[in-house]
Amino acid sequence: MSFLEANNIVKKFANHLALDDVSVAIPENSIFGLLGPNGAGKTTLIRIINQITGPDAGKILLQGKPLSREDISRIGYLPEERGLYKKMKVGEQALYLARLKGVSRNDALKKLKYWFEKFEIQPWWDKKVEELSKGMQQKVQFIVTILHNPSLLIFDEPFSGFDPINANLLKDEILHLKKEGATIIFSTHNMGSVEELCDHITLINNGKAILSGVVSDIRYEHRENLVRLEYTGDNDQIKKIISHHYQLEASQALNGFESLLVKMPEGTDINQLLRMVMDHCHIHSCQEVLPSMSDVFIKVVNQNKVTL
Amino acid sequence: MSKISLILQREYLSRVRKKSFIIMTLLGPVLFAAMMVVPTWLSSMEDSIEKKVAIVDHTGLYIDQIKDTDLLKFEYLEPESEEDLRNNFSSTPYYAYLVISEDLLENPDAIRLYSDGQITMDVRDHITGGLREYLRSQKLKSFELEGLDGIIAAINKVGIQLTTIKLGEDGSEKESSTEMAMVVSLVFAFLTYMFVFIYGTQVLRGVMEEKTSRIVEVIISSVKPFQLMLGKIIGIAMVALTQVFLWILLTVLIVTGAKALFFSDTDMPSRMDGIEMAMEGSSQQAQAAQADGFNFDKVMDMVNSMNPVTTILLFILYFLGGYLIYASLFAAVGAAIDNETDSQQFMFPITIPIIIALYVAMAAFRNPHSDLVFWFSMIPFTSPVVMMARIPFDVPIWQIALSLTLLIAGFLFTTWFAARIYRTGILMYGKKVNYKELWKWFRYSDK
Repeated sequence: MSFLEANNIVKKFANHLALDDVSVAIPENSIFGLLGPNGAGKTTLIRIINQITGPDAGKILLQGKPLSREDISRIGYLPEERGLYKKMKVGEQALYLARLKGVSRNDALKKLKYWFEKFEIQPWWDKKVEELSKGMQQKVQFIVTILHNPSLLIFDEPFSGFDPINANLLKDEILHLKKEGATIIFSTHNMGSVEELCDHITLINNGKAILSGVVSDIRYEHRENLVRLEYTGDNDQIKKIISHHYQLEASQALNGFESLLVKMPEGTDINQLLRMVMDHCHIHSCQEVLPSMSDVFIKVVNQNKVTL
Repeated sequence: MSKISLILQREYLSRVRKKSFIIMTLLGPVLFAAMMVVPTWLSSMEDSIEKKVAIVDHTGLYIDQIKDTDLLKFEYLEPESEEDLRNNFSSTPYYAYLVISEDLLENPDAIRLYSDGQITMDVRDHITGGLREYLRSQKLKSFELEGLDGIIAAINKVGIQLTTIKLGEDGSEKESSTEMAMVVSLVFAFLTYMFVFIYGTQVLRGVMEEKTSRIVEVIISSVKPFQLMLGKIIGIAMVALTQVFLWILLTVLIVTGAKALFFSDTDMPSRMDGIEMAMEGSSQQAQAAQADGFNFDKVMDMVNSMNPVTTILLFILYFLGGYLIYASLFAAVGAAIDNETDSQQFMFPITIPIIIALYVAMAAFRNPHSDLVFWFSMIPFTSPVVMMARIPFDVPIWQIALSLTLLIAGFLFTTWFAARIYRTGILMYGKKVNYKELWKWFRYSDK
């Protein structure tokens, strides 16, 4: 059973359909990527899950039960448009936001102390938010999001505004949260982090879910039978042999090896390719190249545009 | 419910702890007290510098007719010295010099008072008063009738002193003061107007701060937008009440303290003479009033005759009602716009009724029971200001009850109306908002 299910969600704004019969199913204890170009409807779906707005039609089920107002204390949400009260002190503000989620004062203080020390922002407790750098404010927001131990976490573009070191810190924390049993929804344009973190994804475009599945499966399904061959030997001769039978996509010299990208017809065996060149060079490596999520994203969204 | 109280606490504490709040709260009563105490203190303070006035009387008719006082001395000079006075006035010891050129009974404006500075009212009044007395007796004498002085004096004593009495339900009598009621009426109407405006604007700013700092989405993933709006409105209302309460308390303390300090022996002429003086524009009448025993205790009696507790209670009710009606509208405007410059077009229709209310209130204190004033004191958008202006003039209970009921209905309606715009508005960024757009937001269904 899925941890969270959104079934046939429809949301209409004035004269534009933000979500058109969208369904997603998020397995328990996984990281789920919600992808899509700007304005596709991701934030609207996230707001519906957070009960900030209601759907016009469709249902959200959390562990099989319809989502209720009490469930908001089980959800931690880091919105894309996020900020803090500028004139309020950091610690006071973190405490306030935690208590709004239903954490008791003492509990919140204890946990905040732990997290502030872990993220090395303890000295800023009594400073006003406006004195903090953007990265530090993001840390405070992240802490507030996870402080009440939510079983469902929703991160909308969590890495924007972080430097690589802090982005890495955040990534480790997200993976750690998953290890501790949380289910995580992750909305981003950063495809690199999707490959790194996500187990499942759904791609939304123009209010419709156009692609769903396990990340590795999706990449496999969209493979283009590209093979990368690395070798040392007579470059011209090898190229001639290969281009005689297959399509040569690219060639370059890399770390003292010759490297070729070969596109093979559907259903051809890599062994055939190897047999052809084996006697003429020294093979270093050979592997099928799967498309990156970024390639899949662009391809699927563009295809979708054509069919419209 | 506990979430609303958390929001309310934050809104309240973050404002009450602000430096500007503390300064305003402390400074306000000092200013109020100064307004009450300083004019009376100044007028009671004896002018300690002796002034000398030279008199050049070309007619010789008025020698020694103007009497010296403790601080005002008159010296009569030879007619030839006028030229010298004019040319070297600053080197003479005189404060001013008076020139009488002809018989004043025949030519009343043949008299001039010269000085190099502004001549005070006291000096002028003393000179004209003294001369008029003398001229009157001269005129009487010219009729050559026996005993005329006595007759005139007797006639002058004739007069009436009208005391207005307010009858209680049980026929009990209370002295009332129309002037007092007018002042109280105006003060309360203006205070209500001011508070509704000041604190309504604070709601607008608060909502806009949440929207522009982008914290609002974090918060409404924890609480409903309506709870956030209501928490803010009630929180700021409590700030306002705290301020009013402290102002009243501190003003009373300062005034009592100042009274004990400066006027320990004498009757304190209350600030009411000050205001009256300004209103009537004549110091003589105020002096007359003072002579009639218009003293502090009497004013206090009159204040008491108007039930200060009821008045203040009604003030708080109407202020709260008026604030609540407008605050939610201000909240909706704050939610709709992205920056303060956009606020103008939406602020305008909101401020119109309250400004009209203030104008009607001005009419109310002259004619508190006219039809116009009655209806405006029933309409929820104007009733807080207009009804407060009517209160000192004995408004029938049923009218107050009806107006309060309508006020409550009014603020329930505006809160409901504003909340529908608010919850959509706070999540809209970078959109040019107009009335059509607001209407669309209002009609969005929500589950």
